[in-house]
Amino acid sequence: MIVTLVFFAGLMSVAAWWLVRQGLGTKPWLQAQPAAELVATGRPSLPTAKMGLGVFLAVAGLLLSLIISAYVMRMDMADWQPRPVPRLLWANTGVLVFSSAALHWASVAARRGNRPGVQDGLLAGGITALLFLVGQALAWRQLAVAGYRPATNPAEAFFYLITAVHGLHVLGGLVALGRAGTRLQAGASMVKLRAGVELCATYWHFLLLAWVSLFALLAYAPSVTWFVALCSAPFR
Amino acid sequence: MTVALILVLVAIGSVVFHWLSPWWWTPIASNWHYIDQTLIITFWITGAAFVAVVGFMAWCVFRYRHRPGQTAHYEPENKKLELWLTVATALGVAAMLAPGLFVWSQFVTVPHDATEVEIVGQQWRWSYRLPGKDGRLGTSDVRLISGTNPLGLNPDDPAGQDDVVIDAEDLHLPIDRPVKVLLRSIDVLHDFYVPEFRSKMDMIPGSVTYFWFTPTRTGSFEALCAELCGIGHPMMRGRVVVQTEADYQAWLSGQRTFAQMAAQLAAR
Amino acid sequence: MGDVADAAGAAIPHPDSEEDDLYHPHSWLTKYVFSQDAKVIGVQYSLTAISIGMVALVLSWLMRLQLGFPGTFDFIDPPAYYQFITMHGMIMVVYLLTALFLGGFGNYLIPLMLGARDMVFPYVNMLSYWIYLLAVLVLVASFFAPGGPTGAGWTLYPPQAVLSGTPGQEWGIVLMLVSLALFIIGFTMGGLNYVVTVLQARTRGMTLMRMPLTIWGIFTATVMALLAFPALLVGAVMMLLDRLLGTSFFMPSLVEMGQQLRYGGGSPILFQHLFWFFGHPEVYIVALPAFGIVSDLIATHARRNIFGYRMMVWAIVAIGALSFVVWAHHMYVSGMHPYFGFFFATTTLIIAIPTALKLYNWLLTLWRGDIHLTVPMLFALGFIVTFVNGGLTGLFLGNVVVDVPLSDTMFVVAHFHMVMGVAPVMVIFGGLYHWYPKVTGRLLNETLGRIHFWVTFLGAYLIFFPMHYLGLLGVPRRYHDLGQTAFVPDSAHTLNAFISVVALTVGVAQLIFLFNLFWSLRHGRNAGGNPWNATTLEWQTPETPPGHGNWGAAQPVVYRWAYDYSVPGAERDFIPQNDPTAVGMTR
Repeated sequence: MIVTLVFFAGLMSVAAWWLVRQGLGTKPWLQAQPAAELVATGRPSLPTAKMGLGVFLAVAGLLLSLIISAYVMRMDMADWQPRPVPRLLWANTGVLVFSSAALHWASVAARRGNRPGVQDGLLAGGITALLFLVGQALAWRQLAVAGYRPATNPAEAFFYLITAVHGLHVLGGLVALGRAGTRLQAGASMVKLRAGVELCATYWHFLLLAWVSLFALLAYAPSVTWFVALCSAPFR
Repeated sequence: MTVALILVLVAIGSVVFHWLSPWWWTPIASNWHYIDQTLIITFWITGAAFVAVVGFMAWCVFRYRHRPGQTAHYEPENKKLELWLTVATALGVAAMLAPGLFVWSQFVTVPHDATEVEIVGQQWRWSYRLPGKDGRLGTSDVRLISGTNPLGLNPDDPAGQDDVVIDAEDLHLPIDRPVKVLLRSIDVLHDFYVPEFRSKMDMIPGSVTYFWFTPTRTGSFEALCAELCGIGHPMMRGRVVVQTEADYQAWLSGQRTFAQMAAQLAAR
Repeated sequence: MGDVADAAGAAIPHPDSEEDDLYHPHSWLTKYVFSQDAKVIGVQYSLTAISIGMVALVLSWLMRLQLGFPGTFDFIDPPAYYQFITMHGMIMVVYLLTALFLGGFGNYLIPLMLGARDMVFPYVNMLSYWIYLLAVLVLVASFFAPGGPTGAGWTLYPPQAVLSGTPGQEWGIVLMLVSLALFIIGFTMGGLNYVVTVLQARTRGMTLMRMPLTIWGIFTATVMALLAFPALLVGAVMMLLDRLLGTSFFMPSLVEMGQQLRYGGGSPILFQHLFWFFGHPEVYIVALPAFGIVSDLIATHARRNIFGYRMMVWAIVAIGALSFVVWAHHMYVSGMHPYFGFFFATTTLIIAIPTALKLYNWLLTLWRGDIHLTVPMLFALGFIVTFVNGGLTGLFLGNVVVDVPLSDTMFVVAHFHMVMGVAPVMVIFGGLYHWYPKVTGRLLNETLGRIHFWVTFLGAYLIFFPMHYLGLLGVPRRYHDLGQTAFVPDSAHTLNAFISVVALTVGVAQLIFLFNLFWSLRHGRNAGGNPWNATTLEWQTPETPPGHGNWGAAQPVVYRWAYDYSVPGAERDFIPQNDPTAVGMTR
């Protein structure tokens, strides 16, 4: 649970930092409220949708950290048989990097009001994300053909679970991307477009970051003994 | 008025029930008097807090009930009072926690001279294993379990050959000798629970857990399963017989070792 | 909404989504069924939760019949009994309490109390309810599946939960896990709404420190739920894979009824860690909204400002944070590393301090108040008694070494029913009596309410207080039939029968409440907009029940905190939050 607790401590410090700035020490029953305070609330500094995405990413991040925790705790047990991860995953990682870059590009274009740029970025990002999913499916198939099925060994079970959870998040992202694309086709205003595209870009960066962490875990974690020892020690 | 009265009755009734209740813990038969004492301390502190809180509430309900002309006092906070209450609460909590942690450190520190005894749980019965003359238990593995080897002992381990296997019979223990109970399960979670011993621990398939105690009273004690283990859970009973050293040795000499048992089963 | 300046020289501003995105229903179907209005969704959540809660209540009668009069009822055989306790527990904790406090009260009250027009993502909010309903239906479906629902106990501990010695091994456990996963997905959608609405959609003047404690409680509990439920989701998915694909996340090598199974190497303790990492915060996910609501009930009906508001807020936040580092106190005798006992006993007992402080402040609010013994106030008093009782017995179980003899006995059952069953339910009833007039425009019948209160409160106390002593005696929990046990005297069986009779009586009293709920809809006294003379914003709406968009032409502006009751020098004994009058303390 150490990984989860570290992630959790991170979230808590963000929350604490935010709370401290909200004036939790003020005495709300006192009448002399500065006028500025009245204006300050009701005008949030961050767009609502972005705040929503932020909260969701915190939850999704915690979910992944729990899986990582479970993985590391399980890895330390006797019957764990690590396998080399399929080479294909390297290529898939490259594709996802490109996908993330494409969406970043789209969001820059949206900020500048460049409609064709947004279109190209969304299209490139969407197609590469799909390609990533196809690549992941192929990796599954390679493993299954080689005889590594979920029930073979916990290492395989976790491999399938982790890639599936990440893949579902990518699928969800594609739905949101599709909505932004439809809006673009329908000729929505640049203002609305920008909001959607920026959310997609943020989400894609999260997907990339999550994948790189998970991939590193799948490929390298067993060889970093101090990491395993640290994570699993107390919670056998 | 009525409300306040009923609240007072609830507080008094609870205390009276506590003193008059015929349902109280079983007479202790192990060294864990400290656990009982910590429990008593906790009862005193929490009981006092309960009566104080409900009593104060009843008084408030009576004294400050709505009547014509009654107005509430406007007072957002009283830092001093809150601080004082925090400190008092912290002291009360510490008074319970400190002895608790002290006893826990004894609970998790097994004495060096403790005899190891293994209890194996399965749906829905108990088996036991005692170390033989060598004083050591042999290794075991769930994968080795079969009709002729119900506890999965390792037949190649010399330390296991003289282990005494007790299947479908009572466990006997000598009085006043500390016992380290090693707990193993071959299917689901179980928990070997003898109320008179006060101590217990879950058994988990795939690992060995433990607790220790010293029997301090001879007699026969009923053991139950305290962790839900399927539909047979309430039927999973056992018995522990605590005897004097001489009686215990007499009983022990009549038991079969693992090697004898394997030979008998093979001969059949 | 301000534009975020960026290096690229932002030409395109962020959209101002709040005003122009307010959704407008066009037909009866979109107004009352597929509604995106948080008030309707709140009512939908509440009705669904109460309905499924009634199922769980009936299950508790059945198990009490068995415990009180073992051997009398043939149809309650061991598999049925274990199915009853499992479904009762899971429904009550997750599908009733969590859903009702956060989905029901949360949806109805958050926008109204904050002066917002609606939740910030109404469409997602609607989806949240429908997914919750689906989760409930999947759960109910398991009653009709071959083999019936799972009987693994609400903790669903593996390996037992997926093996054949447990009823519902074929379909029950699968449907249970699927239903939980659905619930969590649905809840996450709702939870995002509650959190972001509190963060973003407060009306002008509504600083965090002016929010009513109800909102603080629901807000903090929602944040906790968002962070705790993923652990249950991970556990549920892994167990589902163990059951369906034969993986070994939680399954060690084992022998079942003489058969070697293919599983190997999994860790049952890992599940327990995941489960309680969710399960303990869950206790406070239920408790914190109850704390918040009861604070507002007491302040309103005692006509006094809540005492020590700041301390109350800090305590809520502290409890929320601490509740994530106490989970393993459910596992003292689970065979985890024994040294954890020191850490978790200490954190567990520390959490008692902010909790006790909240209790003192409720009492100090009553002290020197002007106590109107209305039905909501009675329920608030009932909450305090049962919560104190249950909280104090928690100090037994949290103190690791005292837990050793008491764990897995009826003491635990009595404790958690008192503290997270009876106490929160008292608040739910108090809240329903309190806000029903806002939802329907009519008051619930008071006489029926008083009868309901006294039977429920005294009955519940009579059920669970003596039950502690059965546990002290050593009677284990989750026993279908205690049978002949050497250390259990006959008087214990008599006590069990007594408890069962009281439990059935209390159960019947709930029918009075249900009747009241429907009868008052037509025949209740007309309430007007603010029957309790309360200060918070939901009582200041232009219409009652509040119309679509809540506030008519203009959202309210907040000038004061939520607790200006009996302010010296004021005309009346309350000043609404949106009243600009300059009465009150200046220093």
